[in-house]
Amino acid sequence: MTPAIKIDQVHKSFGALQALQGIDLTIDQGEFFALLGPNGAGKSTLISLLAGLIRPSSGTLSVMGHDVVTDSRNARRLLGVVPQELVFDPFFNVREMLRFQAGYFGLGRGNDSWVDEVIEGLGLADKAHTNMRALSGGMKRRALIAQALVHKPPVVVLDEPTAGVDVELRQMLWEFIKKLNRAGHTIILTTHYLEEAETLCSRVAMLKQGKIVALDSTENLLKRSPGKHLRLKLEPSRLPESLQQLLRGEEGGFYTLVLNHAEQLGDVLTELRNADICVLDIQLIEADLEDVFVEIVGNRK
Amino acid sequence: MIGMYTLFKKEILRFWKVSFQTVLAPVITALLYLLIFSHVLEKHVQVYPGVSYTAFLIPGLVMMSVLQNAFANSSSSLIQSKVMGNIVFLLLTPLSYGEFFIAFLAAAIIRGIVVGACVCLVGLLIVDLPMVHPFAVLAFALLGSALLGALGIIAGIWADKFDQMAAFQNFIIMPLSFLSGVFYSIHSLPPFWQQVSHLNPFFYMIDGFRYGFFGQADISPAISLTVVGISFLALSWFTLQMLKSGYKLRG
Repeated sequence: MTPAIKIDQVHKSFGALQALQGIDLTIDQGEFFALLGPNGAGKSTLISLLAGLIRPSSGTLSVMGHDVVTDSRNARRLLGVVPQELVFDPFFNVREMLRFQAGYFGLGRGNDSWVDEVIEGLGLADKAHTNMRALSGGMKRRALIAQALVHKPPVVVLDEPTAGVDVELRQMLWEFIKKLNRAGHTIILTTHYLEEAETLCSRVAMLKQGKIVALDSTENLLKRSPGKHLRLKLEPSRLPESLQQLLRGEEGGFYTLVLNHAEQLGDVLTELRNADICVLDIQLIEADLEDVFVEIVGNRK
Repeated sequence: MIGMYTLFKKEILRFWKVSFQTVLAPVITALLYLLIFSHVLEKHVQVYPGVSYTAFLIPGLVMMSVLQNAFANSSSSLIQSKVMGNIVFLLLTPLSYGEFFIAFLAAAIIRGIVVGACVCLVGLLIVDLPMVHPFAVLAFALLGSALLGALGIIAGIWADKFDQMAAFQNFIIMPLSFLSGVFYSIHSLPPFWQQVSHLNPFFYMIDGFRYGFFGQADISPAISLTVVGISFLALSWFTLQMLKSGYKLRG
């Protein structure tokens, strides 16, 4: 099967800045894929390249087998992009704007029922006749997502779709995007909320300074995590010398220790008892994608 | 075809929705020029024998409105969507650069002609105007608005900010249109300035357009048509190259 996205040795530099340095990535049809990375890692640059908004310095990218530079018309027809910024055309209302957008893709009146379906699906029905300018931030975000879907693209890229969105809307958008994925759309999203990637995405790529530093299934990445976190509140509030090497952090009176396996817990408690330190509170926390992320992307040695 | 037509339709609706500002306002401006200049000069100036100054002035004002509004349509649409960021929605579509060009150009022509026609109708209320060669009127209106529409696309793509656009308008478009013979015949100028005027493409558009009404002009309408036609083709070619290269639109 043709991969949804195929990226081959892509480099992109802006003047002296090397934004992307040799990206190789293949995303299969039907995948739910996350691109993670700190600000400035090159996520948005990669998306702009896929969308044909900028051109690669070298290397090739294709969408469903169509090169984004040499066969851009077909590539763009198959791709829906939700930009990160809340941009909008202040002259039109939601429905007008969506119909225009579908029209640019060569779709006429016959597509109007799909446009209405998208409006309905994103809870925009009672805002359909509202001018884009008058929409709240959350509504603008929905309209932006609707705009990327008007031409039924098999591949949908969402650049931080839930940035600055409240919890309720975030849940709603997740459900909607999951539904899209179940309906067969390949989904690629970038996000700062690692929880989002963890619950939604089957595969994750982590970018750092223009390079892919990790690429695996979410499950496997979680296995790479350094085990469990133990949070302790102690009386007196000090840690015996022997436990210092496990210490990861200290805040609000809690010491956070890293355990590579559960059996270590007994040893820790024994050490504390030997040092005559009382445990006032204890929490055992599963490592999540955030820890993996910090481990891989962070500058921790 | 649907894509290009949609963009054209959107560009038309964009100005039509704010027609108070995009159609009525320029008509009022032209009317003010007409009232003031004809009041001051009607009894003192006769450019062509048998043609009153007011009648002489109207085609010039009509053409100036056509040109300025054609320019304003494509340039303001582009600079606005660039500054707002919503130009991205056009760049994400499979529209080709040629379709992009034609849609913006056609909308600019329509805006120019609509405003020009309104100014003309208002002018007809004030003074009777002959129209000796309607085809010349139409040809120059179409070519002139197309030329300025293309110039508007160039300016809209080149300018990154509103003040750069204002500079383009105030330092290029305004002087060229005011010094093109809208308000006077260039024969009334000293020889040196007559020569300079011949370098101004706006002069040929105004002069040829006026010929359509009165059957007389400062220079031969065939020369004007050739100059305007060639300028339009050259500018279109340049605009298309600009769009094709993705200059300032695609990095």
